[in-house]
Amino acid sequence: MAQPLQILTSLPMPLIIDNVDTDQIIPSREMKSTGKTGLADGLFAGWRYSEIGGRTPNRDFILNDPHYANSKIILGGANFGCGSSREHAVWAIAEYGFRAVIAPSFAPIFAGNCIRNGVLPAVLDADNIATIRSSQNPVTIDLRAQTIAIGPDQNWSFPLEDEAKAMLLEGLDAIDLSLKMADQITHWQKADHADRPWIYLGANP
Amino acid sequence: MPKWRPFLPEPISLFDRLWDSHVVTALPGGGALVAIDRVFLHERTGASALNALAEAERKVLDPARVFAVTDHIVDTRPGRTDHSLMPGGQAFITETRAAARAAGIRLFDVNDPDQGIVHVISPELGIILPGCTLIAPDSHTCTQGAFGALAWGVGSSEAEHAMATGTLRLNKPKSMRVTFSGALAKGVTPKDMIMSLIARHGAAGGKGHAIEFAGDAVTALDMEGRMTLCNMATEFSAMSGFIAPDDKSFTYLKGRRFAPSGALWDLAIANWSRLQSDADAVFDTDIIIDAAAIRPMISWGTSPENSIAIDGTIPEHASKRPLEYMELQSGQNLIGTPIDAAFIGSCTNSRLSDLRRASALLKGKKIADHVKAICVPGSSRIKREAEAEGIDALFRDAGFEWRESGCSMCFYAGGESFAAGSRVISTTNRNFESRQGPAVKTHIASPETVVASALAGRIADMRELV
Ligand code: SF4
Repeated sequence: MAQPLQILTSLPMPLIIDNVDTDQIIPSREMKSTGKTGLADGLFAGWRYSEIGGRTPNRDFILNDPHYANSKIILGGANFGCGSSREHAVWAIAEYGFRAVIAPSFAPIFAGNCIRNGVLPAVLDADNIATIRSSQNPVTIDLRAQTIAIGPDQNWSFPLEDEAKAMLLEGLDAIDLSLKMADQITHWQKADHADRPWIYLGANP
Repeated sequence: MPKWRPFLPEPISLFDRLWDSHVVTALPGGGALVAIDRVFLHERTGASALNALAEAERKVLDPARVFAVTDHIVDTRPGRTDHSLMPGGQAFITETRAAARAAGIRLFDVNDPDQGIVHVISPELGIILPGCTLIAPDSHTCTQGAFGALAWGVGSSEAEHAMATGTLRLNKPKSMRVTFSGALAKGVTPKDMIMSLIARHGAAGGKGHAIEFAGDAVTALDMEGRMTLCNMATEFSAMSGFIAPDDKSFTYLKGRRFAPSGALWDLAIANWSRLQSDADAVFDTDIIIDAAAIRPMISWGTSPENSIAIDGTIPEHASKRPLEYMELQSGQNLIGTPIDAAFIGSCTNSRLSDLRRASALLKGKKIADHVKAICVPGSSRIKREAEAEGIDALFRDAGFEWRESGCSMCFYAGGESFAAGSRVISTTNRNFESRQGPAVKTHIASPETVVASALAGRIADMRELV
């Protein structure tokens, strides 16, 4: 279960490229085990290391810039997290230590995966993201207020669905939430069974 | 209410029907708890999802409605075993096998005669059915929407959620209808239809939408063509794509292994026949495309939206990064660009009809000497059927490798790949940077265009072959 997220202040790491896909976030070859951990080393591996599969840091890539070593926020480009639905992309981001990505838009599956793993996908205009970047200031995200600020006069609100917000704020697990409705689910399935009995044959036709 | 007053129900769309019939209950905040009828796992993420459930001491609610297959990592060279060329790949296979067994889930294992790419075997086995909700931890799950089902890709946590609760917590997407009106020109395929839609409206064009594909050109397609069309809805950023079921859908499914039979079949048909959009249903977004104007398509860049008609030119002012990666220039026409390899396979274009059309063009011919060409049937069943028809011989004689079924070189997982930096023409769905191997330059196109190019050794217009 993810740590609750309420207020987050950090110097954001700019990676403002459109259509960063999940294979760039974590290449397939870096998903070496069937578990959800041990992925941080593979984060952005294709850009971060100077050769494919190697571990020699590419000094030009921003993740290797000591200035951003403690960054907890990524500033991204449009359609962030597109491509393969692999959740490993978010697991790698979270394990590395990021808690939020601010981007003009997110691929929907990726955004859903973020929420489930305690990472905030905050949507903000590209112009405002550019302002944050050029300010070089730390950013404060107030999740309850749904605001992103780089100073008292420079703050913006971002949209977030209520349930996603509640889950991030409290570090809730969606399965537990839904299992509380087990009775309703059973009831629904009984009625549906009468309407569509073939669905419930499953692997036993 | 006075008796004479006409009862006028709100016209609703197929999407509304699929959605509404699965809402268990509304959730605070506007979402809904939506029933999931089937979950399909594969070995790349299957073990992690099942193990995470087990570790949290949660049970799979109804194991009979969860299926699993080995397709992503499994080797496709002849005589395969659990050994995979991907480093550590074998563990994905053996751990998924163990986890599936422990959870009581039906697994289509490495050498099972029903094995194949998840989205290819699910219809073959009658696992996807009209009106059903199916999720899989794989983006191209939307392929299965071709049967009038709501099928979409999710992350591992959502797959866990669906297995543990039989539901997902969802916000209802917007609805879109994409109508392909008129008839396709000769040599134009469903792959060209979906690529031209994405090229025209952008890779984010379907964002936040569930898309019904409709129109004469769509209903005219056979089920395999419909699957190709729906396959790339995810490359359009849509939640899913689907097509209203009709007699073609029912005929395809009848007698399939996990499809209902006897009295249940009749009951199901009565239910499925209602899965249509009302004539005056309203969609949040409506797109109409003149099917007759579509030409064979090919991608030039690193997103499916970077696609042009084969006889077109790369747009002026095209983005720099994809051009640099692909070593191409704005304003350039692709015909004649030398290729190093050709790939026929993937959940987009590896079904029997694809292989039939491709092999017919190869008959009596040889591909260019320098081209490495590979054909990977989408399922073990397709492989057997193709071999019974002599399709494998046509591929082999022309110079193609003929493989066991699986995802194979559709994506690079650290194992087998095309040579670094090589230029590949491929029937797959993603032309992302390094998707098919480090620095590999992928052009996606229809099987016909891939064959024409493999023969020529350079990108070619398939219409010159037919
Ligand atoms: S064939 Fe390719 S796109 Fe399809 S499921 Fe396999 S890896 Fe994914």
